[in-house]
Amino acid sequence: MNYIFYFLIVISIVAGALNGKLGDVVNAILSGAELSVKVAISLIGIMAFWLGMMKIAEKSGLIDIISTLIKPVTKRLFNDIPEDSPAVGDIAMSLAANAFGLSNAATPIGIKAMEEMQKHNKDKKSASDAMCMFLAMNTAGFQLVPATVIAVLVGIGYKNPTSIIAPTLLVTSIAFVSAIIFAKIFQHLWKPQTNDGGDE
Amino acid sequence: MFHHLMDIISLWALPVVLLLILTLGLIKKVPIYEVFTDGAKDGFKVAVNIIPYLVAIIVAISMLRASGLIEAVGVFCMPLLSKFNIPVDVTPIMIVRSLSGSAALGVFSDIAHSLGPDNYATTLAAVMVGSSETTFYVLAVYFGAVQISKLRYAMLVGILADIVGIIAAVSVCNIMYA
Repeated sequence: MNYIFYFLIVISIVAGALNGKLGDVVNAILSGAELSVKVAISLIGIMAFWLGMMKIAEKSGLIDIISTLIKPVTKRLFNDIPEDSPAVGDIAMSLAANAFGLSNAATPIGIKAMEEMQKHNKDKKSASDAMCMFLAMNTAGFQLVPATVIAVLVGIGYKNPTSIIAPTLLVTSIAFVSAIIFAKIFQHLWKPQTNDGGDE
Repeated sequence: MFHHLMDIISLWALPVVLLLILTLGLIKKVPIYEVFTDGAKDGFKVAVNIIPYLVAIIVAISMLRASGLIEAVGVFCMPLLSKFNIPVDVTPIMIVRSLSGSAALGVFSDIAHSLGPDNYATTLAAVMVGSSETTFYVLAVYFGAVQISKLRYAMLVGILADIVGIIAAVSVCNIMYA
């Protein structure tokens, strides 16, 4: 992460200077910083709402029921999470919310899942295998209907906007499955976590 | 038909989940109001916790986008792109879609409006944007929320899956539309 952060900033400054856009690059620091805080602040309300709801779901045993249902799948994918952890139910609910395009619910529930996984993490500073697997599934962006894209296509008078669903679903499924496979492979190749957090 | 069904599910999924959570809570005699407010307290803390991680990633990406490098890479790759029947207009999307969701959608609307509904580039861009998730943003938010700064292989896997997604989008569209 240290190198990626360094690389992104250095290459932006060099490329900006070469393109004569150094002024824009400098302005982007301010606008980017502002945007980050806006994004975080806009999350507060909806985050509070779903964290509250998920707490009820946990206390009433709903999360346990969901966990039991999907245990056969998650047992193989998330082997460093105990089977009866609420993390399993949270992971399932977050991925389901994502699939239905309910990103307002998916992000808070996903964060709740991360917090549960963090409880089982040996080294609190570095990502556990379960977290990497969960985020691999998340970043692949599995979604059943790309609603915003269809809205744009409707706007320009595209002949049959919903025809986009099938190829998109196929592509996102391929990406989703390969993300899981990549995560599984790297889980074995990568240096295991150490308690002093020495890996990068 | 499928789309119509999905619309109904999307509309009803949240209300049904809420009804289920609350009803089951009452049946199981959970003091739902108290438990809700207790859980909701963490909302502020989590949102504030992710700010440093978001600032790092969003500022770096804003700088990259302002530098004009993404367009330059597109021009540089032109010969390779035409070989795989990828229109030049689509190249910014291939890079931007992992970095910023709003930017990807912006570039896509721009392509859709300027090239029109009958252009292959519009279709390919639609599939690419529709099948993507902003990898960098997701990593910053989720790892930021639990204060993890060593991502190990999470980013590498995300980027590899994005590349697979781009290749899949190009192949599928080539077979179905070109």
